[in-house]
Amino acid sequence: MKKAKRKYRKRDYMGLVYIAPWLIGFLLLQLYPFVTSFIYSFTDYGFFNEPAFVGLKNYIRLFQYDPEFYNSLRVTIVYTLFTVPGKLAMALFIACLLNRDIKGIGVIRTVYYLPSLFGGSVAVAILWKILFMSDGAINHILSALHLPAVQWLGNKNTALVTICMLEIWQFGSSMVMFLAALKQVPSALYEAASIDGAGPVKKFFSITLPQISPIIFFNLIMQTITALQNFTSAFVVTGGGPNKGTYVLGMKLYTDAFGYYKMGYACATSWVIFALIMVVTLLLFRYSSGKMYYEDGGDF
Amino acid sequence: MKKKKISGRILLYILIGLVGIVMLYPLVWMFFATFKENNEIFGTLKLLPESFGLDAYIEGWQGIGKYNYSRYFLNTFLIVIPTTLFTLISCTIVAYGFARFRFPFKKILFAILIGTLMLPNTVIIIPRYMMFNKLGWLNTYMPFYAPAILACYPFFIYMLMQFIRGLPRELDESAYIDGCGTFRCFASILLPLLKPALFSAGLFQFMWTYNDFMNSLIFINSVEKYPIALALRTAIDSEANIQWNEIMAMAFLSVIPLIILFFAGQKYFVEGISTSGMKG
Repeated sequence: MKKAKRKYRKRDYMGLVYIAPWLIGFLLLQLYPFVTSFIYSFTDYGFFNEPAFVGLKNYIRLFQYDPEFYNSLRVTIVYTLFTVPGKLAMALFIACLLNRDIKGIGVIRTVYYLPSLFGGSVAVAILWKILFMSDGAINHILSALHLPAVQWLGNKNTALVTICMLEIWQFGSSMVMFLAALKQVPSALYEAASIDGAGPVKKFFSITLPQISPIIFFNLIMQTITALQNFTSAFVVTGGGPNKGTYVLGMKLYTDAFGYYKMGYACATSWVIFALIMVVTLLLFRYSSGKMYYEDGGDF
Repeated sequence: MKKKKISGRILLYILIGLVGIVMLYPLVWMFFATFKENNEIFGTLKLLPESFGLDAYIEGWQGIGKYNYSRYFLNTFLIVIPTTLFTLISCTIVAYGFARFRFPFKKILFAILIGTLMLPNTVIIIPRYMMFNKLGWLNTYMPFYAPAILACYPFFIYMLMQFIRGLPRELDESAYIDGCGTFRCFASILLPLLKPALFSAGLFQFMWTYNDFMNSLIFINSVEKYPIALALRTAIDSEANIQWNEIMAMAFLSVIPLIILFFAGQKYFVEGISTSGMKG
C-alpha cells in the first residue's frame, strides 16, 4: 500500500513536466514583460538609450500636460460604452429570436456568424472605409431611402460611430454562445411560468436573463477588455482622425512607442489601459456577485 | 389564436431575414466590387458590376512594390500554419498536465493561468518588442512562433483542459495497468479522443493569427516578409491614385481561406464557441 502511494506521487510530479512549456512561457513572455513594462513606465526610455529612472514624470505628463491623453481616454471610453452593450444586446436579442424551432437555423446562424469570422482583419477594415466614404455605397443607400447623406469619416463623432458599427456588426460569436446557453435553460421553468400567467417579457427578465447571467457576464468582461485595447479599426478605417476623433488609447500607445520611440511614456499609457481594465472588471465582479445564477451553487 | 401565431411566425422570419441582409450586405458588396471598374465602386447604388471582368484580380495580384501577392500569401501561411501547429501541440500537453495530475502548487498555478486570460496584450507588447529586438528576432517570424511554442495562449489551454476533464479517468488507469507511461497514455489513448477539441482550437488559432494585424505591424518591417494584412494596409496609404477595385479583389482573396475553413469545419466552430464560454 505504502509503495503504491509513493509510486502515485512520483507519477504526479510528471504534471510539472507537462506544464513546463507554459511555465517557462509565462515567466519569460508574460510575467517578465508585465513587470518590466511597469518599471519602464517610471523611466525615460527610448529605442536607443537605456532606461533612466524619472519617477512619476511620465504619469504626471500624461495627466497634466498631454491634452491628447484626455481626448484618447474619452474616445476609448465612449467606444467601449457603445460597442460592448451594443454588441451584447444585439447578440442576446437575435439569440432569443433564434431560440425556437426555426427552419434553416444552420444557414441563419452561419450568415450571422460570418462577419465575426473576418472580424478584426485589415481586409474588412478597408471594406468599411470604402463603404462609408462620402461617395460610398452607404450614402447611396441613404439617398435612395430619401435620407440625407452623412460625412461618415469626415466628422469626429460620425467617424467614431462608423468604427463602433464595424465592431457591433461582429456580434455573431457572442450570439452563438448565448444561443448555446439558452438551449440549456430547462423548459420546465417556462412552462411553470406560463401556468402562473407570466407574459414573454416577464419570462425574459425572470427566467432567461438570470439563467444565462454567467455567460453574459463572461462576455461582458472579455468584450470590455478587447474594446479598451482597440487598435486595428481605428488605425485602418480612420487613421485615428479626423481631428483625433477616433484616436483611441491603443493608437496613442502605438504612435508614442513605435512612431516616436517613447517607450517609457507608452508603457505608462499601457498601464492606464490596464488600470481601466482592472477597475471595470472589479466593478463588474462586485456588481454581479450574488446576482448570478449557477446550477451548482457557483463552486469552481 | 392560430392566425395570430402564424402571422407572428411570418414577422419573425421577416425580421431575421432583414437583419441577415444587413449582416451580409457588406460582404456581398465586396464580392461584386472586385469585378467593378475603379470608378464604378463610388458614386452608384448598383450592387452588380457592369461586366464581370477579372482585371482587378490580375492587376491587383501584381501588388505595388517589388513583390506580388503570391509572396504575401506565402508569408501569411508561413506565419499562421506553424503558429497554429505549435499552439496546438504545446497547449494540449499543458492542458493534459493540468487536467490529470495533482502536482504541488497546482492550485496557484492554475489561478495564474486563469489570471493571464485577462492579461491585456497592450501591457506586454512594448517589453516584448525590446526583448525580441535584443534577441535579433525583429523582422522574423519568431515573435509569432515563440509564444505558440511556449503555450502562451491560456484560452486554448483552458478549453482543452475542460475537454480532457470530460474524458473518463478509467481510460488513464487502464493504460497505466497495461504498463503505459504517462506520455504513452496521453499520446495513444487521450490524444485520438481529443480530435474534435483540437479542431476547434486549431480553427480559432488559425483565424486569430490570420486576422492579426498589430503584431505583424510591430514585428515585421521589410516588405519581403509582409503578410497579406500589411500588404493591404500599405496599398491603401501609399499613393494618391488608389485602385480600390484591385484592393477589394485582394482583400476578398485574403478572406477566402477563412471562408473555406469555416464551411469545412463549421461544426467545430460552433462547438468551440458554445463550449469555451460556458462556466467550468
